[in-house]
Amino acid sequence: MAARTRYAPDRGLTARMTATMFLLGLVFVGFIAAIIGIGAATHASDAVIVLFAIVLGGGFAIGSLFYSDKIALNTARAVVVGPDDGERARYLHGIVDRVCALADMPKPRVAIAPSPIPNAFATGRNADKAVLCVTDSIMNKLEPAELEGVIAHELSHVAHKDVQVMTIASFLAIVAALLIRISFYGEIFGGGGGRGRGNNNGGGIYILFILMAVSIVVYAVSFLLIRMLSRYRELAADRSGALLTGQPSALKSALVKVTGDMARIPTRDLRTAEPLNAFFFAPAMRLSAPGGKKSLSTIFSTHPSLERRLEELDKVQRQLSQGR
Amino acid sequence: MGFLDALLGRTKPVQPKLDDLFALPSAAITLEAGAGFKPTGSGSVCFRPVEGKSFDDVQKDITELLDVSSGQEGGLPVEVTKDSYGFTWIVSSRMSNELDALVTDLHAVNSSLVDNGFGPQLLCTMVAFRDDKERRLALIYLYKRGTFYPFAPTTGERRDNALELQVKGVIGDDLKFEPDLARWFPVWGAPGL
Repeated sequence: MAARTRYAPDRGLTARMTATMFLLGLVFVGFIAAIIGIGAATHASDAVIVLFAIVLGGGFAIGSLFYSDKIALNTARAVVVGPDDGERARYLHGIVDRVCALADMPKPRVAIAPSPIPNAFATGRNADKAVLCVTDSIMNKLEPAELEGVIAHELSHVAHKDVQVMTIASFLAIVAALLIRISFYGEIFGGGGGRGRGNNNGGGIYILFILMAVSIVVYAVSFLLIRMLSRYRELAADRSGALLTGQPSALKSALVKVTGDMARIPTRDLRTAEPLNAFFFAPAMRLSAPGGKKSLSTIFSTHPSLERRLEELDKVQRQLSQGR
Repeated sequence: MGFLDALLGRTKPVQPKLDDLFALPSAAITLEAGAGFKPTGSGSVCFRPVEGKSFDDVQKDITELLDVSSGQEGGLPVEVTKDSYGFTWIVSSRMSNELDALVTDLHAVNSSLVDNGFGPQLLCTMVAFRDDKERRLALIYLYKRGTFYPFAPTTGERRDNALELQVKGVIGDDLKFEPDLARWFPVWGAPGL
């Protein structure tokens, strides 16, 4: 069937994403095994620490999942608009309506944020609760076709359930980060108390040290893997968005315009945008790597480089224009 | 979209549903009897053009095909317009009593796009109606849902929701209507309306 070949999935991207998720799963399984191992070798008091970290981390994860839309909208100071709230809102709703009808997905709430940074994000724990937000400067800057490309990219994030996937992926990293902190304080304060207990002096400290070391390794590895996963999901959203609108070059020019502008804006203005980075269309924060150290900023960033994204969109372009 | 596809970010394009379009002529008769709206004879297909020569060729073939078919029967040639959102509308104008022929024209556009692998680009198709008081009404078919909904623009950018709901009451049983009102999106200034 022609339709199937023209919109074929990108096997390489799928394979890389699967591998990343597999590794992430492996790290987490290893982490849990290590915790159980430590727990078995030690007293109940240390197991309580781990349980506490898991419950607290789970609370953070669930909280951020349920309130992701509110948190993101508040941080961006965005206002949800209806189709009748003025000319800009009507224009935006017109584009979102059409993209949603093309993709056959429920229409998200639409919000506009006052910001000099041209950007867009979509959040919300599922497609019904999703909210799509664009900054007013991106609306001024982009042509309708380009803005449509950006919106299709963001709606692809909603369709791919990125908020859920990234929250689940981050869950054990949060637990690991909490354990690092708890065991660190445990070593400082528990040190004095342990000596008084008599029968396990030194032992408790030793185990807390192992727990901290394991947590640090897990945190570092999963941090890198989560960032990698985030970059692949950006590429997947670029690809789906471009296939949806049929205009990869409009998305490309939007990317060039938006990232070009962001490089020029001074960093102190971007500080308020930092917590939202993972949801953004293009990263608002850049790691200031001096020239030549590019590889370092690449592995730490939530978004792929502009060159990489344009390259992937070239593939979509070739795919769409191929004969039958 | 399945769980794995969502997890791996593989959006599958939604293929259009085409067959329900042919229920339109009989519903039009009910609409005229129940609400006094007659087809104007014009209808259009709206789709998202894809960049590249492959799609341009398909679009050229479609307009040629429709021009030839309407030319033989003494109709007007088809018109291709682009709206401000970047969507393409192919408008076919027939006599007001030729609704069957119009639906066939619209279906020809659909099947050409689908046969060439561009089915996911189809957005909606629209058939225009008017009553004695010159009120405008469009029945819009959403390809991805396979459902119809009414759109009645009045002056400016306002729509007559009462009329739309009335139309749903009249022909709701003849056509598969879109149950989710949030998806009755307006098409202001649609060509041929």
